[in-house]
Parts: sequence; structure tokens; C-alpha cells
Amino acid sequence: MTSSGPRTSTTIDGVAASGRSAALIGYLPVGFPTVPGSIDAMVELVRSGFDIVEVGMPYSDPGMDGPVIQRAAEKGLENGVRTKDVLTAVSAVAEAGGTAVVMSYWNLVLQYGLSAFARDLDSAGGAGIITPDLIPDEAADWISASDEYDLDRIFLAAPSSTPERIAKIVGSSRGFVYAASTMGVTGVRSEVDNHARDLVSRLKEAGAPRACVGLGVSTREQAAEVAEYADGVIVGSALVRALDADGVPGVASLAAELSEGCA
Amino acid sequence: MTDLSQENGPYFGAFGGRFIPEALIPALDEIEETWRKSQVDPEFTDQLLDLQRNYIGRPSLLTEATRFAAHCGGARVFLKREDLNHTGSHKINNALAQALLAKRMGKTRLIAETGAGQHGVATATAAALLDMECVVYMGEEDTQRQALNVARMRLLGAKVNSVTNGTRTLKDAMNEAMRDWVANVERTHYVIGTVAGPHPFPAMVRSFQKVIGVEAREQILDQVGRLPDAICACVGGGSNAMGLFAAFLADTDVKIFGFEAGGEGIDSGHHAARFSGGRPGVLHGSATYILQDEDGQTQGSHSVSAGLDYPSVGPEHSYLHDSERVTYEPVVDEEAMEAFQLLSRTEGIIPAIESAHALAGAMRVGRELGPDAVLLVNLSGRGDKDMATAAKWFDYFDEGAVQI
Repeated sequence: MTSSGPRTSTTIDGVAASGRSAALIGYLPVGFPTVPGSIDAMVELVRSGFDIVEVGMPYSDPGMDGPVIQRAAEKGLENGVRTKDVLTAVSAVAEAGGTAVVMSYWNLVLQYGLSAFARDLDSAGGAGIITPDLIPDEAADWISASDEYDLDRIFLAAPSSTPERIAKIVGSSRGFVYAASTMGVTGVRSEVDNHARDLVSRLKEAGAPRACVGLGVSTREQAAEVAEYADGVIVGSALVRALDADGVPGVASLAAELSEGCA
Repeated sequence: MTDLSQENGPYFGAFGGRFIPEALIPALDEIEETWRKSQVDPEFTDQLLDLQRNYIGRPSLLTEATRFAAHCGGARVFLKREDLNHTGSHKINNALAQALLAKRMGKTRLIAETGAGQHGVATATAAALLDMECVVYMGEEDTQRQALNVARMRLLGAKVNSVTNGTRTLKDAMNEAMRDWVANVERTHYVIGTVAGPHPFPAMVRSFQKVIGVEAREQILDQVGRLPDAICACVGGGSNAMGLFAAFLADTDVKIFGFEAGGEGIDSGHHAARFSGGRPGVLHGSATYILQDEDGQTQGSHSVSAGLDYPSVGPEHSYLHDSERVTYEPVVDEEAMEAFQLLSRTEGIIPAIESAHALAGAMRVGRELGPDAVLLVNLSGRGDKDMATAAKWFDYFDEGAVQI
């Protein structure tokens, strides 16, 4: 018997139906600055108007992350964060009324066991997993495990993706497709790449029901710009930086600003 | 039986693959296509052959080590002298070939990760020769213990970036190189220095290193009149080993041994023996054996040799391990340093500490197989770079002496 939480399709479609420009999606790594501290910050995101929380799992080798998230991950690991703490955070987000997805490098899910992780994520109330280093070509086992629990499979698309790959990504994803706005790692950027708009339209043409844009968004203006063409706006490093500098109140104030961008 | 020498990826049994961000997939596809085409393009193969002969110094010698053999149970021991290659190790075989491919793809910038610095030096050398920009990522711990190689790379015109995150060793240098690559992939080729990383790197790097085994097989047939009973190589990422092994996989009578860094001993937890203390997982783009904790967080490795100090291993080695075609054993720091000194004093050849692990393993294998056996050992590099470590280990520096 499971207590399934909302899937991202329901959440994002609900945002659109309510007349808002885009869903607001925030990433924070569990265990930074501490496990309870990170959960407080995630719950605050939900209270401040974020629709979806990406619960990040710190990893020893975060090849897709820039310095801000790297440092937070290192700190989380020094504090002894474990994979099971992700599920605790997912439950807290779900209880606060938010939609929770896990963002994890693949080896951590693999070592937990795909079936076990899918089962435990579903019963914690999580919607699915964003997999930055798992492409659909390598995901056969994950596709069956996620089918069993009807979990979201959120693959990434990049500006460099060919039309064939875009089709494969769209065909394999469930929930939304994560459109990486730029060729690079996570981090705050002064401008969100023009590639993002083009990528979203390519994803839509290929039949993606929902495409959300991440990498580089940190201000209300950027959020508003992305919200014009994407179904969701993903913010990561800027939130981690705010949490590091000013704690949960820092997250709350940035979250309020970003919410106005996606009103 | 499957012909083990025909494994071309992307999978080696349950291992290999491309566990990498989507953004890099088109670049990997382009590399694979360019590599495959180059293999049947006489212009490329002639150019590479010319560089192998007239720049690297191939074929490298096969030297019989008679005095060292007395310590290997009296077996005949032959050393494949990759230490005599230009730049001092087998790494140049791969770096130069990949640099030529990069040129074909219109790239102007090479990046590389390096542990001991040999691959960094080889890539910097290729970049100098072919007039390309070069950036090398090296863990801070390694820039300190391999300071001489840092200076060599800078002299050759490369930029050396000291990596200060994570464990500050080879794996973190690889993470940093990946981050650079994804941001600059349009004009940059990432010269992975070993048979690890996402497909096509494991198969491609093996193909560029196979020259070691092909030459050695011919040379030993010529000098002894038969194939060796056993072949030995050290295994960090595993490119010198794969280069040697590839030519012998189908020779089922030839025993094949790979020697990993046992560090301070498997029980100490301070080692880099993936097949003794690791289990399958995914790291740096491929499924393979990894040193990791219960959750799958990568564990720090340890070895007296920077080049073997890596928590992962090339996926084809994982396949050869599980299929039992190759026997992998750990060699501890102490044994390796003993073999390092022994080869220096019996043969007048100073090996790289990495290669000394293969020599220590050969001493073990020779004693098991006895005096009728013929052993082939890959001497993957020379030990000049290791003088500071050796002098400290054996207390060779005079008190107060200053090494510049």
C-alpha cells in the first residue's frame, strides 16, 4: 500500500490552468547546511510559492555542478548525509503541500537498488527522479522500475542534442523534460542563454507536453523571461547561495522575488 | 568462445556504456565516427605510423632482464620498454593519436586530466607538436608529489590547473576536465588518458595502445620462438595493460595478470585495488568496478604511485575480471618500492613506480611458474619523475640538500 504524492504533470498543468505563466521549481541539496536545516529550507520554498522542489542528493563526484553546488555537496557529505535522508526530505516537502522530485547522480540510485528506490520514493510521496548523468539509451532498467510505480522520468535535453536525440528524450520522459539552457555546468549566470528558447520549441515540436528550463536562472527578470516560453523555471545555485549566505530567511526572500517572476 | 580481442564497445559484458550528461553525447558520437573512419583511412594510419617511428621511437625494445630474473624464480623475464618512448611512458601512444583525431574534427584546444603527470606531459607534447592550445587538470596532491612533471608541462606551453576540490587527486581532475569540456566542447577535445570514461574512449584508447602488445607478441616470438607463459602489467585506469593484453586475449595458453595498487594493504582501507575492495557501479561515464561506500559515494584511493591512485578502472578490465580471462591481484606499496629498487640495481633500469607494481607481480608469478617459464612484463614508464618519492622512501637525499 503506497501513499503516492502528486506527479509533476498534475502540478505543472494545474499552474497553467490557474493562469500563471510557469511553474516554479527550486533545487536544494539535502544535508546542506545540515539535514534538518536543508529540510527547513525546502519547506520554506513550498510556503513561498514554489510548486516543485528538486531534492538534491550530494555526491562525491558531481561532474555536472559548478562551484556553489559542489561546495554545498561537499559540506553535506562531511556532515554524513546518506541517501535515505533524501526520502525524509521528500516526505517533508510532500507534507508541506509541495511536489517533490529527486535529483541524483545515477550511481547513488543504482547502489540503493532501482526497484527499492522507486518503491521508497513513491511511498515517501515523491513524484520521480531527474537524472543528470543518465541518458535514455542507458535507462532500460530505470524505465521498468519507474513504470511499476508510475514515477516521473525526467531526462535532460541540451542545446547540442540532435533531432534524433530530442525525439528519444521526449519519448522516454514522463512529467517534463529538463531543458539545459546552456552548454555548461550549474551556476548563476548574468544572462540565460538564447539557446533555451530554441531548445524548448524543439522539444515542443517533438511532442514534449512540458519543458522546464534550468541552468543559470537567478533573478526575477530572468525567471519572467523564461516563463514566457517554458512550462517551468528551475532555480538551483542561486537558492543554495542564498541559503549559505542568509539561511532560511535568505531563501524566503529570494523565493518571494522569483515567485513574482512566475506569477 | 567469443573472441575477446574483438570487443569494440559500447559494452563489455555488463560494463561500459555512456553514463554522461546529454550535452556531451553529440561530441562522443563525433569522436566515435572520426575514430572509426580514421582506422581505415591510409592518410591517418600513415601519419600515425610515421610519428610512431620517427617521433615516439617505436617499435620500443623488448629487453631480456637476466639479473632481475634471478629474483623471479629463475623464469626468463622480458621487459617491453615503453619507458624508452619519447616523453618516457606509453601515454604518448594515445595522446598523439587523439590529438591527430582532434585536428581532424577541427578542434583547436586539448584538455586532459593527469595523475602522475605522464599523460599531461604527453598531451602537452602533442599540443606543442601540432600547434594546439592545451590545458591540463591535476589534483593538488599530485601537483605537489609530481612537481617535476608540472614544470615539464608548463615548459611545453600547457596551462596546468591545480584541482583543489574533493580528494584533490586524479578522480577530481577528471571531474574538472569534464566540466571544462561540456562548457567548451565546440572547440575542445578532451584527451582521456586511459581506457576509462564513456564510450568510445575505452575501446578507442585500447586501439591506440594495442601497438604495445602487437609489437611485443612479434618480438617475443622472434627472440624466444614461442609465446610467453604469462604477461604482466600494472592497472590504474588500465591503458598500458589493455594495450598489452589486447594482443594476447585470444592466446588462451597465455596467462594474463593485472596488478593493482594495494597501497598500505587491502585491510588498511588505504589502497586502490578495485577488484579486491570495490564493487560494480557507475563513475566517470562508465559502469565498472569502483571503490565506493555503502551508498555509492566514491571512496578515496591510496597508492605510493600517483598513476595508480584512482578509485575506478577501465570497464573492459571489469569484464576480463568477471569472465576470469585476466587475474587481478593487489601489490602493496612496500613490494612495489622493493621491485623499483631491485630493477634499478640488477638491470640499470629505473622504472616508474607504477610499472614497479607489474615487476613485483612478475616476481610472484615467476616464483609460482618456475625456471622454465617465460614472462613478459610491460615496463610502462621510466622512473625519473619518481625521484623525490624514492629518495624520501629510501632516504637518499643528504641532510640539508636542496632539490631544485
